[in-house]
Amino acid sequence: MGIVVLLIVLPLVVACILLAVKSDSIRAPIVIGAGIAIAALSIVLAIGNHGGIIHELWQSPGTFKLGGVQIATENAAAGVSVAMTVIGAIMSIAIIVLGIKYKKILAIVLAIIQEAAILWFELSKGYAIEAANTAAKNYLYLDNFSLIMILIIGIIGSGICIYALGYMKDFQRHAAGEKDRRPWFFFLLFLFLAAMVGIVVSNNLIWMFFFWEITTLCSFLLIGFTRTPEAVNNSFRAVILNLIGGCAFVAAIIMMGMHPAIHNFELSNLLDIGTQIKAAGQGGDPVFDTIIGLLAFAGLTKAAQMPFQSWLLGAMVAPTPVSALLHSSTMVKAGVFLIIKLAPCLGISGLFAIGPGFMVIIVGGATFLFASFSALSQSNAKRVLAYSTIANLGLIVACAGVGTAEAVWCAIMLVIFHAVTKSLLFLCVGTAEHRIGSRDIEDMDGLFGRMPRLALFMIVGVSGMFLAPFGMLISKWAAMQAFVDSGVLWALLAVIFGSAVTLFYWTKWLGKLTAIVANRTSIETGVNRTEMAITGLFTAFTLIVAITFPFFSGGMIVPYLGVTFSSVAENVFVALQSSDMIVMMCLVVLVIVLVLLLYGSNRKRVMPLYMAGLNEGDDLTYVGSMQKDVPVTLRNWYFEDLFPEKLMNRIGVIVTSAVLVLVFSYYIYAATALGQYLLSGGAGGGAA
Amino acid sequence: MFVFYGDTISLFQVLSLVLYLVLAPFAGGLIAGIDRKVTARMQGRVGPPIVQPFYDVAKLWKKEPVTVRTGAQDFYVLCCLIFMIIAGSFFFFGFNLLMVIFTLTTASIFLVIAGYSSNSPYAQIGAERELLQMMSYEPMVLLTAVGFFMVNSSFNSATILTSPYLSIQYMPGLFIGLVFVLTIKLRKSPFDLSMSHHAHQELVKGLTTEFSGRTLAQLEISHWYENIMLLGFVFLFFTNGSWLMVIVGIVVVIVVYFVEILIDNVCARMKWQFTLKSAWIITLIFGGGNLFVLYYLRGYLWMASQYQ
Amino acid sequence: MAAITKSPWIIHYDGSSCNGCDIEVLACLTPMYDVERFGIINTGNPKHADILLITGAVNAQNIPVVRQIYDQMPSPKIVVAIGVCAANGGVFKECYNIAGGVDRVIPVDVYVHGCAARPESIIDGVVKGLGVLAEKQAALASGETDPDVSGAYLFDPVSYAEKGDIENGDAEGAKDRSEAEEEAAK
Repeated sequence: MGIVVLLIVLPLVVACILLAVKSDSIRAPIVIGAGIAIAALSIVLAIGNHGGIIHELWQSPGTFKLGGVQIATENAAAGVSVAMTVIGAIMSIAIIVLGIKYKKILAIVLAIIQEAAILWFELSKGYAIEAANTAAKNYLYLDNFSLIMILIIGIIGSGICIYALGYMKDFQRHAAGEKDRRPWFFFLLFLFLAAMVGIVVSNNLIWMFFFWEITTLCSFLLIGFTRTPEAVNNSFRAVILNLIGGCAFVAAIIMMGMHPAIHNFELSNLLDIGTQIKAAGQGGDPVFDTIIGLLAFAGLTKAAQMPFQSWLLGAMVAPTPVSALLHSSTMVKAGVFLIIKLAPCLGISGLFAIGPGFMVIIVGGATFLFASFSALSQSNAKRVLAYSTIANLGLIVACAGVGTAEAVWCAIMLVIFHAVTKSLLFLCVGTAEHRIGSRDIEDMDGLFGRMPRLALFMIVGVSGMFLAPFGMLISKWAAMQAFVDSGVLWALLAVIFGSAVTLFYWTKWLGKLTAIVANRTSIETGVNRTEMAITGLFTAFTLIVAITFPFFSGGMIVPYLGVTFSSVAENVFVALQSSDMIVMMCLVVLVIVLVLLLYGSNRKRVMPLYMAGLNEGDDLTYVGSMQKDVPVTLRNWYFEDLFPEKLMNRIGVIVTSAVLVLVFSYYIYAATALGQYLLSGGAGGGAA
Repeated sequence: MFVFYGDTISLFQVLSLVLYLVLAPFAGGLIAGIDRKVTARMQGRVGPPIVQPFYDVAKLWKKEPVTVRTGAQDFYVLCCLIFMIIAGSFFFFGFNLLMVIFTLTTASIFLVIAGYSSNSPYAQIGAERELLQMMSYEPMVLLTAVGFFMVNSSFNSATILTSPYLSIQYMPGLFIGLVFVLTIKLRKSPFDLSMSHHAHQELVKGLTTEFSGRTLAQLEISHWYENIMLLGFVFLFFTNGSWLMVIVGIVVVIVVYFVEILIDNVCARMKWQFTLKSAWIITLIFGGGNLFVLYYLRGYLWMASQYQ
Repeated sequence: MAAITKSPWIIHYDGSSCNGCDIEVLACLTPMYDVERFGIINTGNPKHADILLITGAVNAQNIPVVRQIYDQMPSPKIVVAIGVCAANGGVFKECYNIAGGVDRVIPVDVYVHGCAARPESIIDGVVKGLGVLAEKQAALASGETDPDVSGAYLFDPVSYAEKGDIENGDAEGAKDRSEAEEEAAK
């Protein structure tokens, strides 16, 4: 328990210290030291606990020692709960105040609804339910999936914080004359890490909701960090969409309290009931399904799934480390974390069975397809990355929606690979942007000549996103297998067509990076050392994870699935045969060996490019008509006519909204019908 | 028979792998030669000798080694060849079809990157068109693999080969779709967008414009390996473990290739929009439609196998 | 026999000819003459080609282009000059802007006569060239340096543009360019 709580408290303390630190020279060692400490702690935690057992960390009734004093967990938990309620209320007030300042009525209304609902429920029912429940209660827990998330947060997250040191120095230099608000920035970053660890270890959903709200608030403040009108607008869009999810979360909590068969707020309890219902093969309790549906809905908003994708696109206005953090290790990963956790309650029983699983699969699949289509017409590197994140999260969500063990295996694998690779790519783009003054892919023309090391890192990142034998593709492959096995053909078609498009937009970027353009001189020397070190480290991670993933699978994911899907035979946990995985591993090694052995050893005669005999000899200009020198410019295809971004987004939003509306109106109908049935005297059966 | 990470591997698999590695370049080269001969005859010409592709490669191998800029393109083409051979080896060894397709994709990506890396105008346009072609055919190829899985309950080509189900019987739509995209894969008109064996295109030699000598020869050899594997895919439709079907399969492969040559000779090259749209529509209608039918059929098949 | 003689790939360049010879060159590809019988392919790309078929007397604007295309062909390679104009300038010989024959610009291995040259004689010329090609291949294999590569026609990116300008009569352009280069050097 100690390390887990330390992982929440340490970033919190560091955040508060950083808030007070004004000077660079003091901030740097603190951030680097804290980052390394957090990473080390999470690794220690993982090494000590990866057996596949669920550890109840904070169980009551029970006691723990704090400074030599025995404290009953019961009292402590009640104290923490009250503190959370108070801090939660303060956070809501903060949003409301900012909403008033910037005249954002929707944000105010949503914040009021959410806070009023949760306050009302807590004070009138919630505490009473907690107190009345004398059975063993688990507030915090730790299982292998939490561990994986902690590793991602602890290593990738703190790596990004260290990277931010150098980046924000440049950022401040670019924004010369403005007030240095870096203490605030780093405060928010570390607060974010603390809240994320909180989310992944909370078993009590009210606690999880508290951390959930912190991430919403942090992302809101980070997106609006620059305080330009655009940033303010986008930050409010983010907070509004996330508050909608927050309201759904609150509704789920309230319904859990009201539901006679649940009557507490424990995630583990919820999952047990869901597993039982599934095992019994019953049609499902519409109220229970609604709870799962609402939680999944909250996850969908946080994971920026369509129709809520716009906030993540808007989040690009923030400094790049924020984007990296939001996209890879925090925020959106909190959304998919919750949905993957719910996976045992998801899944579909028939092709058209309307349930939470159906909703999640369709939303995820449609998001994957249409976000990939939208990415096709983008030349802004950060937008491509954002769409790719949305798409990949869609795939993860769809996998979780399928709800079988092998699909969840893919989802978790995708989470790992995506976190590592996407953080690498964001950091690369951030560094490139500061050096070449543009985040447009077309301006990365021949980056290999200008910033060889950075280009190499970026090439590894881009390849890692879509190319065999790297991780993302292996997970995608497994996902296809899982979709076929469970007969979700629509999702399969979405993945297949989406993947084809993915191939196109990554490769054209890769092509720009690898192009060897004449007369490029290196401008890499001025890059901050911490930036380069972290980017290099993440590159190494990308390769290492691609090589060692069978061990992750065997050592961490399969034991987790063994506990979560205890009724399923162990040999179907992994969609891929282990021989295939070993072969893929060998291919990664082969690629690395080929590059090391053969790349760049040229003993051939070099001749100019063929330009119909009119090359001026420098490969950069040709003799045009009237003997004029015409520079050669090469641009990629963007298919604005076939895959217009706006239209693709609109179709995606319409499809997903329709599904959400359909599913929830079905629930409302079903729940109302059940309520009427109960009222009309059949109450005995309903109270099971 | 020995075991590799839970997979039982038979001598037959090893044998077919070795045969592929050794014979595929010869067979592929011969097919290319026959292709040129047949094309010539269709055009009322005599045409080159059947072994002409071997002469070409032998000549290219001995030409002066030249390249552009840092020679990065030669590295990528070599990688393309290596991955193409690996993909084919996976296929003939009996591995997972999806793995075969993904490795094949990687090989093609190396080729595209080779085109990009030269930063030559012609090569880059060729590379992008190649990429567009990949985007067009990739879904159909993947759907075919899924179809094989649904019929034979396995993605492994070794299992599909010996399974008692005759795949074509259950996946005629997928077969039509695959033959359609095969036209793209074999670089036949109307889809020979990225590089063409016909003279005087607006793209010069497209993707291959900057390649010469051994690099071009390696690319040619990789095409031979690739074509043999693609024809293997077609063959896989006609296996149910009996020798009779092996003969039928070989005949169908020959017919399919002949049809591709015929299409090549009677079609003008179309715009890239046509390639993308037609390939995707065919994929959706024939591939997707067939899969949905199979999905319901699969329950029936499994029940039948239980019954036996 | 060397493989190169069984697979001579050509590139065809029109050095300001009247198009008469060009039509005959293309006629060689038709079913009537079918040069693919000999493995000949019209590649249209110097980097793939072994034989440069060139028609016309080559005018001033063509000179750098012809040289560049020639330089971009990997050894061994031969040049076949097709028609009277390509041999010595023909009727254009005395024109102010005419080099007066391909061999004033690049070395020629085979001359095919005629105005316009007949397809039969073009094919004959190419087949004659194959012997030269085989010799060059043998010389290359025995380790001799290729005169076509190491000689005066080797592509020189720095002086190249200037040469082109001077031969175009654009001395001022060359001056501008050298000034620009000097500035760039500073």
